[in-house]
Formats: sequence, C-alpha cells, structure tokens
Amino acid sequence: MSDILLIIFAISLLFMSIANRIFTYLNILIFQGFILFGVTFLALSEINTLNLALILLETIVFKAIAVPFFLKRIIKRNKITREAEPYLPNFVSLIVVTLIIVITIMMSSQIKDPNLDKTIFVVSLSNLFTGLYLIVSRKKIITHVIAYLVIENGVFILSLAVGNEMPMLVNLGIMLDIFASVLILGIFLNKIGDVIKDPDVSQLRNLKD
Amino acid sequence: MAILFLPATLLIGILLYFNKNTFVHYSFAVLYAVLLCSFGVYEYCHINKIEFQFFKPDALSVLMLFALCIVSIPALFHAYRYIVTHDETPRSRGLFFASLIVLITAICMAYISNNLAVMWIFVEITTLSASALIYHHRNIRALEGVWKYVFICAISITFIYIGILFLSLAMKEAGIDTFSFDELMKHAGKLDPFWLKLAFLFIFTGFTAKMGLVPMYTAGIDAKDKAPAPAGALLSSILMNMGFVGIYRVYAIISKTEIQQWASTVLIISAVLSIFVATVYMTHIKNIKRMFAYSSIEHMGIVLLGLAVGGIGIYAAILHIVLHTFVKPALFFQFNQVYRVYQSKSIYDAGHYFKYNKAGAIVILLGFISATAMPPSGLFISEFLVFQSLFEAHRFIILVVVLILLTMIIWGFGSNIFKLLFTPPMILNENQVPRISPWDSVSQYALLAMAVYFAYNPPAAFVQLIQDAVKLIQ
Repeated sequence: MSDILLIIFAISLLFMSIANRIFTYLNILIFQGFILFGVTFLALSEINTLNLALILLETIVFKAIAVPFFLKRIIKRNKITREAEPYLPNFVSLIVVTLIIVITIMMSSQIKDPNLDKTIFVVSLSNLFTGLYLIVSRKKIITHVIAYLVIENGVFILSLAVGNEMPMLVNLGIMLDIFASVLILGIFLNKIGDVIKDPDVSQLRNLKD
Repeated sequence: MAILFLPATLLIGILLYFNKNTFVHYSFAVLYAVLLCSFGVYEYCHINKIEFQFFKPDALSVLMLFALCIVSIPALFHAYRYIVTHDETPRSRGLFFASLIVLITAICMAYISNNLAVMWIFVEITTLSASALIYHHRNIRALEGVWKYVFICAISITFIYIGILFLSLAMKEAGIDTFSFDELMKHAGKLDPFWLKLAFLFIFTGFTAKMGLVPMYTAGIDAKDKAPAPAGALLSSILMNMGFVGIYRVYAIISKTEIQQWASTVLIISAVLSIFVATVYMTHIKNIKRMFAYSSIEHMGIVLLGLAVGGIGIYAAILHIVLHTFVKPALFFQFNQVYRVYQSKSIYDAGHYFKYNKAGAIVILLGFISATAMPPSGLFISEFLVFQSLFEAHRFIILVVVLILLTMIIWGFGSNIFKLLFTPPMILNENQVPRISPWDSVSQYALLAMAVYFAYNPPAAFVQLIQDAVKLIQ
C-alpha cells in the first residue's frame, strides 16, 4: 500500500514538470501533503502514539493546508501572474524529470543494502533532484519556493526510512520544515511583495561582479 | 555553563529588542561581552568535559572559541561606532545588537556541540540571525542579498539533514544509536562505506555554504557585501570557522575508515576550485567589500587544501584559519571608515586614502600584506606549511597551479589596494570628507599584531591545543 502511494507521489512530479499555472503547482503540493500523511501513517508503525500524532498533524496541517493556503494568499495579495514562466519548454522539463527518475532507479539497483526500502530511496531522491531542477529552470521566486517545498517533501520521505529506529530524526525534519517555511515565506515573501511588484528573479539580479 | 549561557543570551537578546533606551542597549552589549569572555575561559578550564550530554569543548572548539572571543569584542565596539555614525533608530539598533549576540552565541554552541544533530540546529539559528543582520538597511539591494542568503542556506541546511539521514543508515548496521562525534569516531570502522560516502558528500556540500567554498559559496559573498561592516567581519571569520568545524569533525570520522583517500580527493577538488573562483573574481573586481569576501574564499580554499593533504598540512590548516580570523575582520572593520570617506564601495570612487585617514591607510596596507601572506604576516607561516605538506605528499601539479593562482590574486588584490591608497580619486568633494578618529583603528592594529604574534612566537598552550586538535584526524 505504501508503495502505491509512493509511486503516485513520484507521478505527481511528472505532472508538476509540465504544469503551466502556479495554482496547479500548489494543488500538487496539497496532494503531496495528503499522500505524505498516508505514507507516514503506514511507515511509522513502531513509534509511540503521541509522537506519531505530532508527525501526522505536521504533515496534514503544515504541508497540506497551511503552507499552500499561505502561498495562495501571497499570490493573490501581490497579484503575481498565473503563468509559471519556465526558461525551458515543458516537453524538455518532462524529459528531464523522467530521466531523473530513471537514473535514481538505476542508482538504487546498485545498492546492496537489505535494510533499505528502495521505493523510499528512489522517490525521495527523485523529489530532491526534481526540486533542484525546478529551481534552476523557473523564473519566478514563488516557483523557487514551491520547488524548495518539493525538496522538503522528498527529504521528509527519506526521514521515514529511518523513522522507526530514530524518531528524533523525523522530528528534526519537522523542525527544518517549520523553520525554513516560516523564514522563507513568513518574513520574506511578504517583504518582497512590498518592495517589488510581481516578484521575479530577474529583478533580484543586481548583486554581481 | 552552556546551559546558563544560552538562556542568558536569549534574555539579553529579548531585552535588547524590546528596550529603546540608548544607555541600556550599550550596557547590555558590554554585559554580553563580559559573559562571552567568561564563557570562553570556563570552557578552556573545563576542556574535554561533557556538559549536558550534548556539549563537549575539545581542543578544536576551545581554539575557535578563543578566536571568537578576541574578534567579537572589537566587533561589538565597531557595531557601536557604526550605529553612532549612521543615526539609527532605537528599534533598528536593538534588533541589530540582538541579532549580533544571538549569532555569536549560536556559533559558540555549534563549536562546542559534540553531536551532529545538535550542531545542525545551531547552524540553522545562525542563518536566522545572520539574515536579520544582512537585512539591516531594509532596501531592495539588502533584500536581494538576504533572499539569496536565506534560500541558499535553507538548501544547504536541507543537504546537511539529508547527510545526517544517510549517516543514520550507515549507523544502522554498525549498531550505533547516537550522533555523538566521539561515538562515531570510536566505531568508525564499522560504518557502511557506501552510506558514509553519500553522507559525507551531502554534509560537506551543506557546510560549504557556511564555510564559503565551491559549490555553495555564492550566498556568502552577497551577504558579506550587504551586511554592515561589523557584521560582515563576523560572517567572514567566525561563521566560516563554524563551517570548518563541521567539515573537520565529519572528516575526522571519515579519516578512520577506508574511504579517507576518496574523501580527501573530494576536498582537494573543492579547495582548488574555490581558489580558482576567487582568482577569477579577484583579478577584475571593482567593489572593495566584495573583494575582501572573495579573499576569504581563497583562504578557506587553502585551509581545506591543508586539511585534505594531511601530514603537517592539518596543523597548518588550523593555524591558518585562526590567523585568518584575526586578519579578515581587521580589513572589514577598516572598510567601514573607508566607506565613510568616499560614500561608495567602488574602487573608481576611491583614492588617496593616505591623505584622508593616515592611521586607517596603514591598517589597509598592513592588512593587504597580511591577507596576501607576504613574509612579515603570520599567514605566511601557515601558508608555507600548507605548501610544504603538498610538496611532501608529492602533489606537485596542485602545488604549481595553486601558486600561480595565488600570484594572480596578489596582483588583483594589490592593484585595487594601491589604487585606493595612492592614486587620486576621480571626483571627491574634499569639504564633505569627515575627519576619522585614529582611535577607530586601534583594534585593527591589535588584531593584525596578534596574527603576527601567534604565528612567529606561539604560546606553548596554543601549540598544544592545535596539536590536540590535529590528533582527531589520523
């Protein structure tokens, strides 16, 4: 069951690579948040109930509801255009993301570690690299933030691989989530919206040599 | 003490933020300086004693703490001078001092923490406090600098976290259940090499954002450029040391396993590329402050080279990073006064600095000599030892490449510094040039002199500490 959820999770990455509108990205984020909720529930069967409740609460409240909602508000408030504005055509993005997934699958087949759940490994690494690819191939700051959240989702899945032995690590991951999201979204995007209209990285290009 | 120091800092920080009284602000800053120094002395007296499970000041952390205490006091003084000359509002002054002391404390704790996960938490806190310092001026350029810094640091912190996860996979088989560096070093042989390799790559990449190395050096440059000079001085010295401590501790674990050779190759590639990048920018850069920042990248490259090559190089690397901690802040502190004269960071607007501020011009000249490691400078000794270790390890090609790159850096650095000091400026209204008090330069002289003293006549305790720190690797 958890494998099916993880594969759907990986497919959502392909969908993200061809999405045109920012709202589609956000909807995929919400979708990923709900899948994470399911995966967490299935994967972390051995840790104590209170901790599990905390982690589940984080995935559902934070990843699936609060952050996407907040991003939507920022987009409306700053009147950001709906287009994702990629540097590359969507077809190329689709090929790149597919390649990323294929390469991580090939990489994982090299690993001879019986303790490792390979689906988790593949999905989390392809999330990580897809996130990095989205950051370099999209123009808007808001898409960079979304791509960062995709990376975080991937890392969260990876932390589930060791979650049963070391629940402390999953908690650290939640701390990272909250810290980074509050810092990047809460303080920043508000400020950037105040200072420049239609936040776009091309306006943040003055510091260079 | 650690458990006392943290809440005390937090309390002082909160009080600084909410209080608007000038006298209260400065007296809190002085109080914090006293607290910091007593913390440093306490940790030196309790070396190698575990405190509250997660903290253990070993030789490396005590050395770095010592350098931190020495640099932080002039940094607080120059922060005071900066605030006075810029007519800050009480609110922004409070925030500035509060984030400064939170930054210093987080770095202290990261030095002495003996647990990778705990260290990671303090690395996060430094990003938070540094971003408040970078955004001090609240204009679009500062916003750009802080946005880039926060974004890159967030990614780098995620990378360290992924590294920790891979490390935990490696530990699963070895049967270790704590991230304590001592435990990991003791059982290093049992760790799975494949996961350890992945963990090292990710943790190293993550820490390069803090230490200022290829691949993630970029954010640090903008941060040092946009942060006020006293904060920039801290970002380019003690914060970089924190990255070094992180890499050093992880490398110490790796050095006890079979993949040591591979890891040292990774470090050498990153080091040479960092020096190369620094050379490319230093030879045609026109912004004085950014030039200092790139010079830090070059020095970190040299430090990493010494660490990777091993032998006498590890000793040299630690000596080099301590001496660099004294030299680079001196240049940053002095830059503040340069800016007050010319109201510009560009080399085209500057010139004849000897005429406007003699004491400061001599600091710049001595700082240039120190930072390029010319003989009377202390960095000469450590750089020479790094080259000696390269020679002994028969890495002649790297040695030659690095020497050529360093020569080009001296040329680029020198042509800008001599233009600043000796050639006349293009346009400068001499009536508007403020008189700079020579007293503002005293701390820079002291720092530069210390760099020379600790290189040529190191106290026995200092040498002993470095040797103890070197013993972690081997």
